[in-house]
Amino acid sequence: MKVRIKFSKTGSMKFIGHLDVMRYFQKAFRRCEINVSYSQGFNRHQVMSFAQPLGVGLTSEGEYLDAQLESSESSEEMIEKINHVITDEIQVLSFKLLPEDSKPAMSLVACADYRVELKDNYEAVEDFEIRFYDFYHQDTIEIEKKSKKSSTIMDIKPLIYEYKFEQEGLFLKVAAGSVNNLKPDLIMEAFYQFLGKELSPFSYQYHRIDLYAQKEDRFISLDDFGVNMKEGLSGEL
Amino acid sequence: MRKLALSDEILLTVEKPARYIGNEYNMVVKDLDKIDIRFCMCFPDVYEIGMSHQGIQILYDMFNRREDTYCERVYSPWVDLDKIMREQQIPLFSLESQEPVKQFDFLGITLQYEMCYTNILQVLDLSQIPIYAKERTEEDPIVIGGGPCAYNPEPLADFFDMFYIGEGETVYDQLLDIYKENKQTNGTRKDFLEKAASIEGIYIPSFYEAAYYDNGILESFEPINPHAPKVIKKQVEMNLSDTFYPEKPLVPYIKITQDRVVLEILRGCLRGCRFCQAGMIYRPIRERTLTFLKERANRMLKATGHEEISLSSLSSSDHTELSELVYYLIEEFGTKGVNISLPSLRIDAFALDVMSKVQDVKKSSLTFAPEAGSQRLRDVINKGLSEEDILKGAMDAFKSGWNRVKLYFMLGLPTENMDDIEGIAVLSDKIAREYYTIPKDQRNGRVSIVSSTSFFVPKPFTPFQWVRMATSEEFLDKQRFLSGKMKEQINYRSIKYNWHEVELTMLEGVLARGDRKLSSVLYDVYKKGCIYDAWSEHFKYEKWIEAFEENQIDPLFYTSRERAQDELLPWDFIDAGVSRQFLWKEYQNAISEKVTPNCRQACAGCGASGFGGGVCYEGKN
Repeated sequence: MKVRIKFSKTGSMKFIGHLDVMRYFQKAFRRCEINVSYSQGFNRHQVMSFAQPLGVGLTSEGEYLDAQLESSESSEEMIEKINHVITDEIQVLSFKLLPEDSKPAMSLVACADYRVELKDNYEAVEDFEIRFYDFYHQDTIEIEKKSKKSSTIMDIKPLIYEYKFEQEGLFLKVAAGSVNNLKPDLIMEAFYQFLGKELSPFSYQYHRIDLYAQKEDRFISLDDFGVNMKEGLSGEL
Repeated sequence: MRKLALSDEILLTVEKPARYIGNEYNMVVKDLDKIDIRFCMCFPDVYEIGMSHQGIQILYDMFNRREDTYCERVYSPWVDLDKIMREQQIPLFSLESQEPVKQFDFLGITLQYEMCYTNILQVLDLSQIPIYAKERTEEDPIVIGGGPCAYNPEPLADFFDMFYIGEGETVYDQLLDIYKENKQTNGTRKDFLEKAASIEGIYIPSFYEAAYYDNGILESFEPINPHAPKVIKKQVEMNLSDTFYPEKPLVPYIKITQDRVVLEILRGCLRGCRFCQAGMIYRPIRERTLTFLKERANRMLKATGHEEISLSSLSSSDHTELSELVYYLIEEFGTKGVNISLPSLRIDAFALDVMSKVQDVKKSSLTFAPEAGSQRLRDVINKGLSEEDILKGAMDAFKSGWNRVKLYFMLGLPTENMDDIEGIAVLSDKIAREYYTIPKDQRNGRVSIVSSTSFFVPKPFTPFQWVRMATSEEFLDKQRFLSGKMKEQINYRSIKYNWHEVELTMLEGVLARGDRKLSSVLYDVYKKGCIYDAWSEHFKYEKWIEAFEENQIDPLFYTSRERAQDELLPWDFIDAGVSRQFLWKEYQNAISEKVTPNCRQACAGCGASGFGGGVCYEGKN
């Protein structure tokens, strides 16, 4: 059976890299004796995959991992069981059963929500909201994309789906995934360039809120692909 | 959110920030207001190495069982953070509370290898604790050292307030009780040191004075404080199945060297290899019972979620119930995706059966440590492994599908001649020849033999503590000679020869048998910017040479000098359980190529029976 687990990654866990989080969950699953499926062969490993790697330094309340299990208790029990054996800076938020034919989260990701907050001890941009409005309403928002061999100019405006100002900071809805992926710090970099200012590299905290798949012209949260399990299930469906 | 000692700016700039944030699974958290003693445990190397050390996990668990004590951890900051901390004057902090180490009552440093000594000074310096013990005040932590290198603590004498000689399970409680009492009665640092001196196994270097002859040899070594005993007796935990052993080891976020459950199945060794310090200082050999081991394996795997368990010991095959344990582990955990790893296993039918069950034969290799290339020299070092054993073991393995062999040897062993060295090449070739006697259609491709040599460093408390170590030039000649001989072998294309760096070995040799005069060299070399000497990319040999010259110390005095039988050695004040007479007799046996049976075959009278247990009393109840 396939399940999708949504989790948060906050506080000091932002310093833990993507692959280490994967290892962390594997060990946690063993600690709470979840009946995970293992690959065959001598180096058996748990069958699991993440939706979208989160860069070191970012926090999140919308991370996803898909796992293959042999059996499961109810969603509520599983959430409690896992959270009992992990740090409170990583917490499971939902645990849902996926249809057997569902695509892996990784291949679905099309869009991500972020919140961008100014860290303490950094100077705020004067008239942030007005200036950001001006920035966004340019015809194009061009950035230089550097690779090892060349650099190209790219317009990121079409990749910014939405922005709004919230109490905690700037909300952004942007393209994500394997086709077009826009990192929120790139937007801030472009914004500062527009302002003619230097963006100091650690001045903003980027926080991922959720990940979405695209269905026609709608975005559907990855969390909405599975169903809550009211009671336990064995692998034989 | 937990408060971290380092800012986001720093943590996001350095390599692997997870080294510095703590909060690993099973980390102990305590309320600092309810604590009397704060103990910071340090492994003076990078996090991934330090976290892999079993001894610290044992002590961490043991200290934290005391309600009045909070044991935290610190490791050497990697060079990137080291630089930032110096520039910004950030005091070194513990991983748990993220508070400065200088606020602690104790800083305990484990001494696992000589080449981490400059990192000890780094840790003290970054902690803003005076490097020299004599400059510390009532405000500073008590700096205590322990571990295998504490069996000759003299090169470090000036930097430590005390050393704990022997196994940690025995008198730490007593030491902490005395500390607490002294603190409550407003006793001074000196009061505490004097009280501690009366505890067996505790050595206070400032309470002793060394005098030297004009030629640099130690003339006398005497206590100068009435509380200090003349001899320090090593501590041994005699009941390993009824003592402290962690049930919930720490699980790091990042991959460390030992990313697995480590189960120590026995301590000590009965083989009596004459070059091996561990085989002497951890005598007598003591086993943990099968019941204890099964129970701990279960608990530790459950509490960590590790996918691998490794049995640790100096010689696993000597555990009398090894096969029961191993088959139990395979049955119990093999189906749950837990890998079982068995280092230090003698290759025999049992080993091959087990290995074929726990590893992929195609990917794994067989390991032999003949240490010397000829039977003559193996007799000298008392390595009870014959050519026949090796060839038979290898052949059995080849027939079961293995085709990779790793061989470990030493160059520069006492009495070694050119034939012995050539023997390394010849033996490597013979193993390959064995392989090719198997009909082609039954072979698994080509054989791969990897032969590695390290340079022999004489260590205190071994029969070779008196011997002259080869010079760098001699070592290199031997290496070149062997390299040439390897190329003369029929199967040389199947043999890969690896060797060690000679400069590091020389320094290891100096520090291993060094005396107090070396403290100033260590200090100067550290001030010249040396840290992480064991990491070749950071090792600066020329700085060491400069420091020796500036202190008018000839390193060859410590390495390439045969000591007289009656020479007073810097570590003679320690009673390690094996007597000096035994060691000398073993040295003489070595020269006359006489083998000494292992402890189960016959007692050689080393002196360890004085501890009243272990192999010395097996079958004598």
